[in-house]
Amino acid sequence: MEFLCKNSFSSTYLPFNMATIDLHVNGKKHQVAVDPNTPLLWVLRDHIGLAGTKYGCGVAQCGACTVHLDGEAMRSCVLPVSAAADKKITTIEGLSEHGEHPVQKAWLEHDVAQCGYCQSGQIMQAAALLKNNANPTDEEIETAMQGNICRCGTYTRIKAAIKTAASLG
Amino acid sequence: MPQIKTVVGRRSFLKSTAMAGGGMMLGFSWLASCQPLSEEEVLAMPDVWFDINSYLKIGDNGVVSILTPNPEFGQNIRTSMPMLIAEELDMDWQKIVVEQAPYHPEKYGFQFTGGSSGIRTRWESLRMVGATARYMLRQAAAQTWGVPLEEVSTDAGTLYHQASGKSAHYGEMASAAADIPVPEEVKLKEISEFKIVGKSHKNVDGKNIVTGKPMFGMDYKEEGMLIAMLEHPPAFGLTLKAVDDSAVRAMPGVVDVVTVRCYPESYEKASFDVNAFPETVAIVGRSTWEVMQAKKKLQVSWEPIVSRTEFVTNFGGVKEAVSIPAGLESTEGHRAAMEALAAKPGKVVRRDGNPEAAFKKAAKVIERTYSAPFLAHNCMEPLNAFAHVSGDKARIAAPIQIPAFVIPALSASLGVPAENISMELTRMGGGFGRKAYAHYVVEAALISQKVDAPVKLIYTREDDMTNGVYRPAYQATYRAALDENNNLIALHIKAGGVPESPLFANRFPAGAIDNYMAEEWKIDSNITIGAFRAPRSNFIAGAEQSFLDELAEEMGKDPIAFRLDLLKRAKENPVGETNEYEADRLIGVLELVRDKSGWGDKKGNRGVSAYFCHQTYAANVLDIRVEDGKPIVEKVYCAIDCGVVVNPDAARNMAEGAVTDGIGNALFGEMPFREGAPVKNNFHNYRMIRMNEAPKDIEVHFVENEVNPTGMGEPPFPPVFGALSNALYQATGKRHYHQPFLGEEQVIG
Ligand code: FES
Ligand code: FES
Repeated sequence: MEFLCKNSFSSTYLPFNMATIDLHVNGKKHQVAVDPNTPLLWVLRDHIGLAGTKYGCGVAQCGACTVHLDGEAMRSCVLPVSAAADKKITTIEGLSEHGEHPVQKAWLEHDVAQCGYCQSGQIMQAAALLKNNANPTDEEIETAMQGNICRCGTYTRIKAAIKTAASLG
Repeated sequence: MPQIKTVVGRRSFLKSTAMAGGGMMLGFSWLASCQPLSEEEVLAMPDVWFDINSYLKIGDNGVVSILTPNPEFGQNIRTSMPMLIAEELDMDWQKIVVEQAPYHPEKYGFQFTGGSSGIRTRWESLRMVGATARYMLRQAAAQTWGVPLEEVSTDAGTLYHQASGKSAHYGEMASAAADIPVPEEVKLKEISEFKIVGKSHKNVDGKNIVTGKPMFGMDYKEEGMLIAMLEHPPAFGLTLKAVDDSAVRAMPGVVDVVTVRCYPESYEKASFDVNAFPETVAIVGRSTWEVMQAKKKLQVSWEPIVSRTEFVTNFGGVKEAVSIPAGLESTEGHRAAMEALAAKPGKVVRRDGNPEAAFKKAAKVIERTYSAPFLAHNCMEPLNAFAHVSGDKARIAAPIQIPAFVIPALSASLGVPAENISMELTRMGGGFGRKAYAHYVVEAALISQKVDAPVKLIYTREDDMTNGVYRPAYQATYRAALDENNNLIALHIKAGGVPESPLFANRFPAGAIDNYMAEEWKIDSNITIGAFRAPRSNFIAGAEQSFLDELAEEMGKDPIAFRLDLLKRAKENPVGETNEYEADRLIGVLELVRDKSGWGDKKGNRGVSAYFCHQTYAANVLDIRVEDGKPIVEKVYCAIDCGVVVNPDAARNMAEGAVTDGIGNALFGEMPFREGAPVKNNFHNYRMIRMNEAPKDIEVHFVENEVNPTGMGEPPFPPVFGALSNALYQATGKRHYHQPFLGEEQVIG
């Protein structure tokens, strides 16, 4: 958090200070030259070419941009890329090699998606939840998933899929 | 067995050139496979594809590729439409891959996603596509084997001649089949013969979605592509005056700042050319974040619009005058204007019997007024479009519901002939009506033309939410006359809105009441509106079904029994001749939901509602409890009659989503205006339903029949508003007449 503050502080003086930043995304190293305040979301999408992480609101209100930073769910739309340097970043593309993560399998089993736009964020949030809590109650699921909006209204299936994923281990 | 002609629209069914060549062009729209193949497996498919017709390619190894015509926005037609083709082709579903057809009306007819019309309008034509190909394959086998056509049968992608024991998979006959003339007529299967339709099949895009493959318009990328964002007026009633881009041009990553003017003076608008802000400023740059930063620094001044009248050709091809007033409107002003008009006589759109006399002699009159605010669509994928205009050609890739409707505006705005515009239809991250109004595609193309480069236009969430094309604000007053025996003798509805009326004068309860009158009114506005999941029905259903509930209580009747009594009258001895619904089918869903929910036996706070729209019938029973002022929807029972259910689990998913979406909009949905400006601009102030507020359980039941299928995208949405308000009344003793039922801070009860 301290790092975040420092970073945004410096940005008032050097708004377009380009920097070279080393990132570890899905087990691969990337070097990007960007304004260090650029949210990780846009670095992933525009510079690294990983479009699975979605833009929904840009203000940490919808969860579409959720990734894992050292295993914890984070909203990449408000995370300056500089704060992600040297940390382990996992996106939906790197959650598993071929979609065999229990959460992905459960999502397919329940055929959760409608339009699908919110689903990578939902899946990343759910995977982080299950990592910390292998057997969440309904209430715990609701609390953990509250930050992820689905306009299509697939919440009942998401909840059922999380329970299935928990049972798949 | 139904025999049908092989035509698509007015044209005869197109036959393509025989051989599509080695390998398949893999466009942006990833191949979706019907079984969880790895990409390698999918790509290691046929060496040669044979074009059987514009929808079908058969590989030499027997794999079939289906080009699905209509754009997908979550209703799952990329699965259910290919199912229709595969059914009549008699194909093994596991060996099918699905591709998205590009915009091409000659080959694919009307590629329209909206109005819950996809399956309804393609039911026969897509089956015909499969049946035609099957005929050609059988004919090819008959000729190759020297046996009579009648003796060649098929099963799951293989041709058989029983007597000789010969067999061949479709790939082996594809080359010969491609040379067989297209038959003039084909036979379709009986419903009882279906093997694929009517059984649940998983979303063909499921794997690509859960692994984060690029597939949405927002994900589209090309070499050398620039990013553009727009600055539109901060309020309705304003337009562009001047731009000061001096601070912005020097910013890193900024390539250009251009003004965009959609629709030339001479252009004649059609009803989907809705755009409150035809003149905007675009910032074009190298990356999204750089453009976003520059957007914050752009200095633009705005000026008031002048009142004008536009002539717009409506859906039916009739030119209508639409008056657009100047001024900065507000929600307060709208409310006052609605009250004023509601107090005056409206335009009578239906009158049965003698309602005035009935009201005069009534022992009791019950009058209630309902209202609902503007709503923003809030598709999770904000508006965006890719365009590359070079010379007299334009190439588009965009999330768009009705590509055909943007072509005239594109052609006129760019000065490019319509036939030189090509369009790839990306998956849409939600549409709900919003992506039928494709001004963003015109804007992207104009920007590309001006900067002479491929461009992707992205709306920020704030841009998306404040750009207009909202669900209108509505108000409706229901009046009922009861005689001294508490019988309903007359009903009067007066409804209107800004700027359209929500009334469907010929729907239930019209036809069930001897003395009936429906009046409407409307208020001009410069705030743009458009279709929003079940237009008009999304409000009037809730008003009507809440009123009927209150009426049943007043009359001392069970709410379901009361509705059934009315419907029985409408069925057996209907009033008037223009009733739009089949009373029998509405009775069917009410009885089904009554039985499935254990209505009458189970106690608790429950509300019921039933509604018909888009040719589908839907009813809900909703169970609720209120905890610390928070409504908790414990269970929703849905009963639906959409005819043949093509893909049952996907249809259930649509109903569950519609119910959840409806509860969210009823409780929280609201876009207020102050001085012309939308008050809400992102999800911190525009409240959307979240998982903890969603129903704990939803049970969906379908009426079983063999009626041709109708849509599922919209019909399950409108009834839930009434079921919710009726259940809330049971829980709290308070009726809810004005949406949203639960504001930002308030509690229920
Ligand atoms: S885009 Fe990050 S939370 Fe919405
Ligand atoms: S599936 Fe469409 S927003 Fe969640």
